[in-house]
Parts: sequence; structure tokens; C-alpha cells
Amino acid sequence: MQSSISRLTLFQPSSLDEALTMLRDEGPLAPMAGCTDLFVALNFGTLAETRFLDLWQLDALKTIEERDGALSIGALATHTDLIRSSLVRRRLPMLAAAAREIGGVQIQNRGTLGGNVANASPAGDTLPVLAAADATVVLRNAGGTRRVPFTAFYTGYRQTVRRPDELIVSFDIAPVRGRQAFRKVGTRAAQAISKVVMAVVAGEAPRIAIGSVAPTVVRARRTEAALAAGASIAEAQRLLVEEIAPIDDIRSTAAYRRRVTASLLAHLLAPRSS
Amino acid sequence: MRLILNGKRRELNVHPLKRLLDVLREDCALTGTKEGCGEGECGACTVLLDGAPVNSCLVPAAHADGARLMTIEGLGGRHRLQRAFVEHGGAQCGICTPGMILAAVALGPKPSLNAIKVGLAGNLCRCTGYSAIYRSIRQA
Repeated sequence: MQSSISRLTLFQPSSLDEALTMLRDEGPLAPMAGCTDLFVALNFGTLAETRFLDLWQLDALKTIEERDGALSIGALATHTDLIRSSLVRRRLPMLAAAAREIGGVQIQNRGTLGGNVANASPAGDTLPVLAAADATVVLRNAGGTRRVPFTAFYTGYRQTVRRPDELIVSFDIAPVRGRQAFRKVGTRAAQAISKVVMAVVAGEAPRIAIGSVAPTVVRARRTEAALAAGASIAEAQRLLVEEIAPIDDIRSTAAYRRRVTASLLAHLLAPRSS
Repeated sequence: MRLILNGKRRELNVHPLKRLLDVLREDCALTGTKEGCGEGECGACTVLLDGAPVNSCLVPAAHADGARLMTIEGLGGRHRLQRAFVEHGGAQCGICTPGMILAAVALGPKPSLNAIKVGLAGNLCRCTGYSAIYRSIRQA
């Protein structure tokens, strides 16, 4: 542990309303839940924040349910909750597939969907799924609720539209029409951070979302439109590699990421892929 | 904070953001839980929190308040998995062993090889090449 914890303060609300009031009156506070990202920064002494709002005990935010025909997933649902939920496996199997490849069991037991989204890493494995599913992010502050399309949630590298007094409370996902597919490419299935991660909904209105190939998760709108208009896979692959902006970094190269992105598209669009 | 630690009630006065790993090693003198990477990659610090494997380097003390916590010491030294790791060479340098055994405890009796590989994917070992660990768990 390379941080001094004596200078840190933890606020522990017992309800969502109390949490939102604390955020309004005591802010700025850094929300914390499963701590699988936050404590890494704390351990290495790179965490700038010193005042935290603990959401972990807010059971109301753990609910996974069907509401008005949409799938509603509480922000505090853990990856293990997503894997075990028959509703998620039935309605959004690509999310269960993504959750299974996040970290190992220890991380899946603590890491939350809301945390993965709020952490805003371009490599977050659930992000392409939410983008391809056209999910809605439900945000709340002490004054009320705001709904933001997931595809408008990120404004830049690690930047989101969440205001300091807001919490992500849930994700709403309307029924997804078409066959869902997810694939993560990394150095190994467990623990590794993705080099490329893709979620696809194949069907009449194809949806393609990719992580680790740009400063934020991206939807490949031009490729989607071309496929909907009858483009071949080869044409779609050529378009797709122009729609992304991968970089060279410690995990991979831009060239490799382009090549793998093109291959993944063909793989995920092919019938019976998983 | 109050918790049930290895079957016994404990009351501890610690900072709510202290790592559970440090609470165990420094405040409870339970040094069987090892620190490996300190970033949730290696699983050496695995403990069972309400029966579920977690990396104790990433859990704040506050999240163990009111919980049942099991560390390697809680198995008592004669658990079937502990014996199997000794008999089948599942432990070499030993640093990963407490975490490996607790992750295996969470799998229940007689897990399949695939269940073992998935259940232990978050536990790294640099000595054994894993085969001896898998064998130990299957024979336990």
C-alpha cells in the first residue's frame, strides 16, 4: 500500500436518497462500489481523490428486472450477478459473455456494471455490449432523474457526461432484435486487458461496437449502414478499419488492432459464432 | 467493525478504507494471506467473504463489516485440500497456495477440470505450471 489512508474520508449512506444528499451537500465525493479499479490506484499511490461515497451497501441498486418491456440492470449488479441472471442470459446473452471474461472470479464477485461504465476505460469489456444494445444510462441527483443514451455517455478519453452530483443508478435495455455475439481478444481469457473487444448484433439492422480501438468505445455507424444496405463482409471490413482510431501501446499495435478488428467482424457476423 | 473471522466473532477498530489484506496481516496477525501484486491480478491474497472468493488487496475494511470471513488459517491445516496440495505437489514456493486453496474451497467437492480452470483463472502460480495444482484439487 503506497497511499496514506489516514487522510482519506469515507461517507457511508444507508439509502440512495441519503447518498444523493451527501453528494449534493458534501461534494465533491468519489463514488466507490466494488473497488476493483479504485483500490488499484489507491494501492499504487496514484489516486487523487481523498473523499469517497460508499455505494456498496445500497441493495436497491443491485436489482436486475424486466420493467415496461425493457431489461433494467442496477448499477451495482456485479459481473457474477450478470453471469447468474437468467434474465440477462436470455435477454442480453452478449452481456453475460462479457462478464464471464472480466478478470477472474475474485474480480467478477466485486466489480460492478456501473463501475465498469463509470471508470470509463476505453478497454472496459461491458462497454461495447451496452453500446451495441443501445442501452440507456439512468442518472440521478438529489433533484431528479436524467436518461442518457449510452452512445452519448462518453465525451472523450475517460470523460463522461456524468455531473459530480449524479450517480449512475441503472441501465435500461430495450429488447434487442437479432443475434448477439461478443468477443474479447487479449493475451489470455482471464485477467488480461483487451487489445480489441467487440459486440455485434447481427440482423436486418446490424449494430457493431468496439472497445480498445479509440479514446472511447465506438459504434461503427457507417459500417452498420453499409451492411444494412447489403454490403459484403469484405466491403464492411474495409469500411470498419477506417472507422476506428487504434494506437500503439504496451498491449498491442495499431496495425494488429486493425487486422484483428476486421477478422472479428467476419467471425461475429458468421452464423453460429459465439 | 464487527465480523465473523474464521468462525469467531471479532471486533476491530480500523480505518474503513484500510485494505482487508492489511487488516488481516497487521491487526489480526493472520499472515497466511499473502500480498502478491496489490492490483487484483494474481489472487495470492484471496479470502472468502461470505463464502465468495475476493482479492483482499482490493476490499476496504468497511466492506467486511458484518460479514463472515474465511482465511487459510480457518481451514485448520488438516482440510482435505490442504492435505492434497502436500501429497500431490500442489505447493512449491507457497506464496500462491493459500489463495489457490481458498479459491478451490469455493468450488465445492469434486469440481470438473473445466470448473477448476475457470474458478482458478484469477490465481497465478509461477512454479508449478498448474498441472500439479489441478491434480491436487481433483484428488482432494
